[in-house]
Parts: sequence; structure tokens; C-alpha cells
Amino acid sequence: MAAVLGGRPEGVTTVPLGPDAELDPRPRVVVVGNGMAGARLVEELLERGGGDQFAITVFGEEPHGTYNRIMLSPVLAGETHEDEIVLNSHDWYADNGIELRSGVAVTRVDLPAKTVHGDDGTVTGYDHLVLATGSSSFVPPMTGVHRDDGSLLPGVVGFRTIDDTRVMLAAATEHERAVVVGGGLLGLEAARALQGQGMQVDLLHAAGHLMNAQLDADAGAILKTSVEALGITVHCGLTATEVIGPDRVRGVVLADGRAVDAGLLVLAAGIRPRTEVAVRSGLEVQRGIVVDDQLRTEDPDVYAVGECAQHRGTVYGLVSPVWEQARVLADVLTGTDPTAEYHGSRTATKLKVAGVDVATMGVTGPERDDDEFLVISEPRRGVHLSVVVRDDRLVGATLLGDTSKVAYLTQAFDRGSPLPARRIELLVDLSDGKAEVGVAELPADSQVCNCNGVSKAAICEAVAGGCTSVGAVMDRTRAGKGCGSCKGLVGQIVEWAADGDVTEDPAADWYVPGIPLAKPALIAAVREQDLRSVSAVFAALAPAGAEDARSKMALTSLLKTVWGSDFVRENDATFINDRVHANIQRDGTFSVVPQMKGGVTSVAQLRTIADVAEKYEVPMIKVTGGQRIDLLGVRKEDLPGMWADLGMPSGYAYGKSFRTVKTCVGSDFCRFGLDDSTGLGIDLETRFQGIESPAKMKLAVVGCPRNCAEAYVKDVGVVAVGEGRWEVYVGGAAGASVRKGDLLATVTGRDAVVQLAGRFMQYYRENAHWLERTYDFVPRVGLEKIQAVLLEDSEGIVADLDAGMQRSIDAYTDPWAADLAEPATPGQFRTSLPLVDLPLVPVR
Amino acid sequence: MSLTELQTPTTTEVRVGRLEDVPPGEGRAFTAGDTQVAVFRLRDGSLHATQASCPHAGGPLADGQTDARVLVCPLHLFGFRWSDGASTSGAGPLRVYAVRESDGDLLVTL
Ligand code: SRM
Ligand SMILES: Cc1cc2nc3c(=O)[nH]c(=O)nc-3n(C[C@H](O)[C@H](O)[C@H](O)COP(=O)(O)OP(=O)(O)OC[C@H]3O[C@@H](n4cnc5c(N)ncnc54)[C@H](O)[C@@H]3O)c2cc1C
Ligand code: SF4
Ligand code: FES
Repeated sequence: MAAVLGGRPEGVTTVPLGPDAELDPRPRVVVVGNGMAGARLVEELLERGGGDQFAITVFGEEPHGTYNRIMLSPVLAGETHEDEIVLNSHDWYADNGIELRSGVAVTRVDLPAKTVHGDDGTVTGYDHLVLATGSSSFVPPMTGVHRDDGSLLPGVVGFRTIDDTRVMLAAATEHERAVVVGGGLLGLEAARALQGQGMQVDLLHAAGHLMNAQLDADAGAILKTSVEALGITVHCGLTATEVIGPDRVRGVVLADGRAVDAGLLVLAAGIRPRTEVAVRSGLEVQRGIVVDDQLRTEDPDVYAVGECAQHRGTVYGLVSPVWEQARVLADVLTGTDPTAEYHGSRTATKLKVAGVDVATMGVTGPERDDDEFLVISEPRRGVHLSVVVRDDRLVGATLLGDTSKVAYLTQAFDRGSPLPARRIELLVDLSDGKAEVGVAELPADSQVCNCNGVSKAAICEAVAGGCTSVGAVMDRTRAGKGCGSCKGLVGQIVEWAADGDVTEDPAADWYVPGIPLAKPALIAAVREQDLRSVSAVFAALAPAGAEDARSKMALTSLLKTVWGSDFVRENDATFINDRVHANIQRDGTFSVVPQMKGGVTSVAQLRTIADVAEKYEVPMIKVTGGQRIDLLGVRKEDLPGMWADLGMPSGYAYGKSFRTVKTCVGSDFCRFGLDDSTGLGIDLETRFQGIESPAKMKLAVVGCPRNCAEAYVKDVGVVAVGEGRWEVYVGGAAGASVRKGDLLATVTGRDAVVQLAGRFMQYYRENAHWLERTYDFVPRVGLEKIQAVLLEDSEGIVADLDAGMQRSIDAYTDPWAADLAEPATPGQFRTSLPLVDLPLVPVR
Repeated sequence: MSLTELQTPTTTEVRVGRLEDVPPGEGRAFTAGDTQVAVFRLRDGSLHATQASCPHAGGPLADGQTDARVLVCPLHLFGFRWSDGASTSGAGPLRVYAVRESDGDLLVTL
């Protein structure tokens, strides 16, 4: 006997319902069909607390648990084992307190009595009934396809269930030839898989070109060439009229009179919603079961979701509308949002059909006189791309053979986002020839998040597992939660994996996860309600006043920016680095980086550093990439002693703050030097030392465009161009991202540089997202806007920016000196790893 | 050691330090016999105790950040639930110990 997919091991039977099921006071939800829609609905109910609220019973005609129907193609192709496609096993249902009646088909519903009748003779009452019966394969009219009892002739099979798939796999071992009827998605998938299993395949398609529902004739012709190149014989515009039997399939007769031998006949010429239960029960059925915007049939307690439902005249045949419907119905049933409505889906599909990438959305060609229609056709490469633009919005796109732009186009299609003026950029990247690898082409095992070792496959798995927002995927996989440089890519992959069906994170524009406010609203509330400490912010603004560990560091930074010296410090609201003013290392020791303005040091400073390193047995002394000296591997309890002995201020190498100003030797020594870059660098570092900010700010000043201190790739980079003139670049980076800064302005005189740098940094501090470096901030806001605000005072805020920066500068105190005089909290420098012999880092 | 004084057959309650050793909102590490524990005192007054080093890669948990639900390790920012020590992001689980205050003493049940 064939195994039950997602079933229990042999010998274990489903626990029968105890007598108290009848006494269960909870309203009963009965779901008919445990396919993709029924199962997703149940999951959405559980997510909303429906597991406590309702007693849930699910009927499934198939004996199996819920499996991923989409994955039947790879199972047929032998690429995936059938065990891997189980979504919810029998155990899953049991563990979640849901009664699964698998192997039981519902035959009819008694609407007045509110009961369903099973083919096992049972009668089950319901308070809410959900029909999720899906579709079945359409059987085209052919002589001899049925046996006398109405069942299909042996060897004739649809492509819908795991059992169908098993029949095909068995046939592939016994027979050499197969005929597949239907040149749409399913037929092509079946043909390709069977051909891969060693069968010789003839594909019959009634319409004039393949995938005629999604592709225009030109694209269809290109697809035909690609498919034929695989060795599949394609007959378009041709149907089968007769099945040659009599005991089992021997072949088919075609409409043109020819006969083709075949031991297997696969019917993939469309699907029909399974409405028989609804019809028998007297519910309104047209093509599907008719439902309103709340997925309700004409009976107020009966709903339908998935492929069996007809909503506003449309019956869907893809999963993404199914997901949307399940969400709405779960909102309605649980009362989470009693007014939730489903308004239909704009379907964008991305498929891999017979090894060829296909993505389609909206209309396939121009429909109105002024529709813009752009086509790129490369038949020899098997590529055909087209877009339809109407009133500056994308209303359709077809991508065949190359779907690298699909995530971008889906977003434009779904959100109506602005389109590039040069329409061709919708289809190809014109940037610089070194086209970026599209996410579609990225191999599944390629590592996306290096910090946390997350692969593309893991991200796709999280999406398949039901994470619908980028934030949810990041929480599940930890992708993007290290340095954050891969966040953009993670977003693209999520978009791609979800076929563009991504829900906005409600928290996406909050400044911190624990407080539901965007940055401007948060700052306004902090000012209005006079909130000066992090605990005061939580008490006043967090839901239920709840603290959130992951919001604390960002709030501390923000409050310092807003209040300057009036900020009330709470040590527990800071990250460990800021608690002890040093950077934590992998073994719990710390690093000490004294300030060394502009990278310039002195004999006395070097001697002191050497003495201190010796006295405290510092395991490593290193010259940093920021032009100063790092003492690494220092015990926490030694920090105050070292600071005292050093007698130098902190270099802030640990904080989200202004860090360093790198400089080159400049005009005092360099034969090319145009100005005193060293002096200006020291001025900048003196003025802005220790200023907290949403992310690190690293500066550099160079004496000429040879750029020895890398000013072009700094958050603020200053380049001398002679005659007292300096170029000020912003938004540069050469860390996790590499970006040349944008020229903000060329100004005359050192004071002008200091003033403009301060204005820019203050604007950034007030407007950037938490942890958003200037290399993201500047392009997000736009250089032109920043220039208008800072240079032309277009918003009348320049005076405020200058004052805000001055307030922070006035509030500066060297944290080392301050906490030396008096520890911030008891035990501030007590070790946190008492029994470990330190240091664990290598000693050099 | 004074461990034996409070010994019961299955668990031992050990005095590890004084309440005032742990500032509100922060954590501090202590030794109880040869076990290292981190004790946290939240701003709402509640106390929690866990193993001192992180199950992920040995991070010093007493240097972590907290809220009513979780402890976040300072090294790689994994979160661990107070309720059962389970990680909210894939590591763990973390050992959690019962802890209470009596006459200003911190008593941890090992
Ligand atoms: C010590 C130093 C490396 C060295 O031996 O030279 C260093 C060490 C660290 N860097 Fe760096 N960076 C150091 C210069 C740089 C530079 C070069 C520079 O400043 O000119 C860069 C590229 C410039 C930039 O930031 O754009 C740099 C880009 C990064 C990044 C990537 C930031 C980005 O968004 O691109 C990180 C990760 C982060 O910030 O999240 C990082 C993070 C780190 C941390 C703090 C990782 C951490 O959180 O523990 C490292 C601390 C090691 C330790 O145990 O103390 N470090 N790091 C350098 C200290 C400079 C200083 O004197 O302050
Ligand atoms: C091979 C294949 C590949 C596909 N590929 C894609 C793809 O790439 N992308 C995409 O978006 N979509 C794809 N689809 C379509 C997708 O699988 C469907 O949209 C989705 O499964 C619809 O979900 P559903 O719950 O409405 O129907 P189903 O998943 O068919 O579930 C219905 C369930 O109800 C049961 N049932 C029916 N009547 C009764 C009854 N009276 N009593 C008890 N149980 C009953 C059935 O046995 C079945 O298990 C593919 C489909 C197939 C078959
Ligand atoms: S010092 Fe910087 S580059 Fe080196 S390992 Fe640490 S974070 Fe990475
Ligand atoms: S050591 Fe704790 S999270 Fe890595």
C-alpha cells in the first residue's frame, strides 16, 4: 500500500475524539478540504488565537496530511522526495488540537441543520463552515477516455494530487511513450518531468501557441522552440479525439487523423473548481462557489476559499490569491478584524516551466491606443521580454527566459511606483555593463547574510514557511541582522520568493521596534512630553508601557541628540560598549583606543601608551584602519586604571557616534599638498568628538585629490583643491558597502568646511533611521534635496541645525574621565565572566 | 563552602551576593560554588538568574540587555526568553535558575 504522506508511522492510529468533544463549549469551525487553502486558513486562525476560540475539524478526501501541491512537479521530475513536500503532517494537526478527518470526503451539507455528511457515514455539526475543495483536472471530451462505470481508463491521469504523481512515476518505469494534453503551466511541467524520467513525450495543445493564457504569440513561439530543444514534440492547434484502449491506454487519435502510441495519457488541459458538494447542498454556484468580499456564500455561516471559490466573477488558479483570501477569512472568523474584505488579487506569476523562467503580470499586450508597449525579443537566446505602460504605470509585463527584473517589475506593478523615464530600463540594466546578478540567478546555496551564515535557500524556506514580510523573514532566519549590509538583497530575495506578495512590515518605518512611531513623531513626542530618560519614553510611548531590550540603545542615542546635557543617563539602557566606553571582544575583554586627533601623535603620547600596554600586559597593540592605536584584549576591571594612566580622552572606537578624522600630511610636508589637511582634520575632530549619531560617522581630510587618506569614501570627506577652497563630499563608504561620496559643495576657508560638515551631520542625526549610515541616507534623501536644505536653507532649518549641533558639542564630556571620577553604577567594571582565565585572545 | 547549609536532596539554594550589587536594569555575574551565574534585576523589581556564559559562543551574559521578556547577549545579539531560556533567534537553550531576595541577599536555586 502506498504510504500516507505526512502520516504517522505504521501502527499509530489517529486518536479518536473523546466523548467530551460533544461537550466542547467552543463554537465549531469545520473546514472541507485540507489542501493549500484549507490548511492555510487553519494556520491563519491559529495565528490569531483561533485555536483557543474554536474547536476546529478539517475534512480531507486524500488520506495524506497537507502537502505542497506546487512541488508535485519537482517530485515528478525526481528532483524532490515526496516526504519533503509535506506542509502539515497528521502530527501537526494533533499537536495543534485540530481534528483532521483525513480520507473522509464530505458528500453534502445540510444547511438548515448546520451539519456536514461524510462518506464514512458521519454527521458533524458546525457553527462556521468553510469549503476549500480546490479543483480537479478537466477531462476533455474524447471517445473512450472513460470506462463504463465513469472512472478514467487505466493509464489516463490528471495532474493534481500526489496519487496522480505516483501513478505517472510508476507508468514511466513501464512505458516508453506518453501524451500530455495541455500546453499551459501544468502540461509543460508534466511533459518536461516525464521526459526527464526517460519517456518520449508528445504534447498536444489546442490553442495556437503555448501558455496562451499568459504569453502573447511571439513569446509562445519562443517558448515552443525552447521546449522542443529539450526533445519534447509539441503540437499546437491540435487536440485528441479518441483514446485507444480498450483495457488501458494504448495511444490516442489526433484531430488530424493521425494516431500516436502512448502508455500514459496525462490530462493537463485546465482545471475545474470542485463545486459538487456546494451544488448538492443548494449553494449558488456559477463557475465556482459564489462568495462576497468576506468570502461568504449566500448562507451566512458558510464560506469558501481557494480555487473552488468565485469572487467578483473571478476564479483563481494560483496560490497567492489563496493566501490573501485565507488571511481575510481568518480576520473575519476570529473577529480580529470583523470588517476585513478581500478585493481580488492582481496576479503576478513567476514560474519555471520546463526549465525556462517565465514571469507574467497584468495584461500581455497593448489594449488602448496610447498604451506604451516595449518588446525585446531574442529568439536565439530564448528570451522575450515585454512591458505595457499605461498613464505612467506598469499594467503588464511578460518575461520569458530572463526574469532578472521580476522583483523590480512586480513592485512597480503592485504598488504603482514611479517608472524610469527611459522605459528600456524597465527591462535591462543600463548602468555599466557589469550587470548585477539578479536574485533569480543566485544559486540556492549562495550565502546571502555572511554575518549569520544565511543562504538564499534558507530565506526562500522562511517565505514558503509563511513569513510574509521582510521583517518576519529576518526574525526567523537572522538574515540581515548582523552588519545589515545584505538587507537590500534579503528584501529582494523575499520579494522574489514571495512572487511580490510581500506584506509591509507595520514596524518598517518605526525608529525602534518597541515604540510604534516614526522618527519625526517620536522626536516630537519626546519634546512635547519632556521625556528625558529611556524608561520615561517606554512608560509614556510603548504599548502597555513595555520595555524592549532591542530598542534601548537607539533610544539612548536619540535622547542624547535631542536633549544634550539635559539627557538623563540610564546605564542599563545602553549597550555594553557604551556602559564601559570600550569595544567588547569575542572573549568578553575590551579594546582601548585613545583619541589621536587626525592620526597625529607625539613622543609623549607614544611613550605613555607603551608604558600602559606594558603595565597591563596588553595582549596586542595594533595600528588601526582609523589611524590610531588600539590596545586589545583588556580586562574590564582594568579599564579605569588604564584610562587614568593614559590620561587621554576616549577615541570613541566603540560607539554609534562620530569616530575619527583621518588625515594626510598635507601642505606642511607633502610636495603636492594644496592646503593644511592635517590641521583641518584636527579641528574637525576637536569640534565633533564623541557626538552620538544613528550610526558611525567617519571623516577624512586630504590635501589634494590624490586622496591618500581616502576622503572620497567617508561619511564626510574633505578634499583641498587649492586657493583655500575645499570640496566637501558626503555619503561615501568603503566598508561593507563601497560608494564614492557625493560632492555636496565646494567652499572657501576652513571655517566654512567645519560649519557645513556640522550642518550635514546634524541633518543626518535628526533624519536618518537607526543604524542607517550616510551611504544609505544620502541616496535615500537625495543629494539635491540635501543641497537645497543645507545650502539654500529651503526649509528654513539651518539655524536650528547649527543650534542643535552646538547643544551636543556643549554637552560633550570625555566619558573616560567622567566615569573614572565616579562609576556610573555599582560594579560598572566588574567582570562578567568570573571563572574564565583571560585573555582568550592570542597574545602577540 | 557554606553550600551545604541549605542543601536539600534535589536542589540547593545558594547566597551569591547582595541585591545592591546589581543595579536596577542591569546584570552582574557571580559564582555559586563552581557554577557561574548571572543575576539580573529588572526595573520592575523582578529578579532573574541564568548561566553566566552564552550558549551560543560564550558571551558574557551579565553584560547583556534585558526587558520583561528576554535577555539579549552582547556578542551576537541572540535573545533568550526568561520563561524557559529558549532562544528567540535560534541558539540555546539557556539554563535559567530560580532566584529570590531575602534580607537583601540574593539566593539562587541551583
Ligand atoms: C580596530 C579596527 C580594525 C583595525 O584593526 O584597524 C576596526 C575594528 C572593528 N570594526 Fe571596523 N575597525 C576599524 C576601522 C574600520 C574602517 C576604516 C576606517 O575607519 O577608515 C572601516 C571602513 C569605513 C567605514 O566604516 O565605512 C570599518 C568598517 C566597519 C564596519 C562596516 C560599516 C559599514 O556600514 O560599512 C563594521 C560593522 C558595523 O559597523 O556594524 C565595523 C566594525 C568593527 C568592530 C567594531 C566590530 C565589533 O562590533 O566588534 C571591530 C572591533 C574589533 C575589536 O574587537 O575591537 N567596522 N572599520 C579599526 C578601528 C578604526 C579606529 O581607529 O576607529
Ligand atoms: C502540479 C501543480 C503545480 C502547480 N504550480 C503552481 C505554481 O507554480 N504557482 C502557483 O501559484 N500555483 C501552482 N499550482 C496551483 C496551486 O497548487 C493551487 O492554486 C492551490 O493548491 C489551490 O489550493 P486549494 O486549497 O484551493 O486547492 P487544493 O490544494 O487542490 O486543495 C483542495 C483539497 O480539498 C480536498 N477535497 C475536495 N473536495 C473534498 C470533499 N468533498 N471532502 C473533503 N475533501 C475534499 C481535495 O482532496 C484537496 O486535497 C500548481 C498546481 C499543481 C497541481
Ligand atoms: S576588525 Fe573589522 S574587518 Fe576585522 S573581523 Fe572585525 S569587523 Fe571584520
Ligand atoms: S555569544 Fe551570545 S549571542 Fe553569540
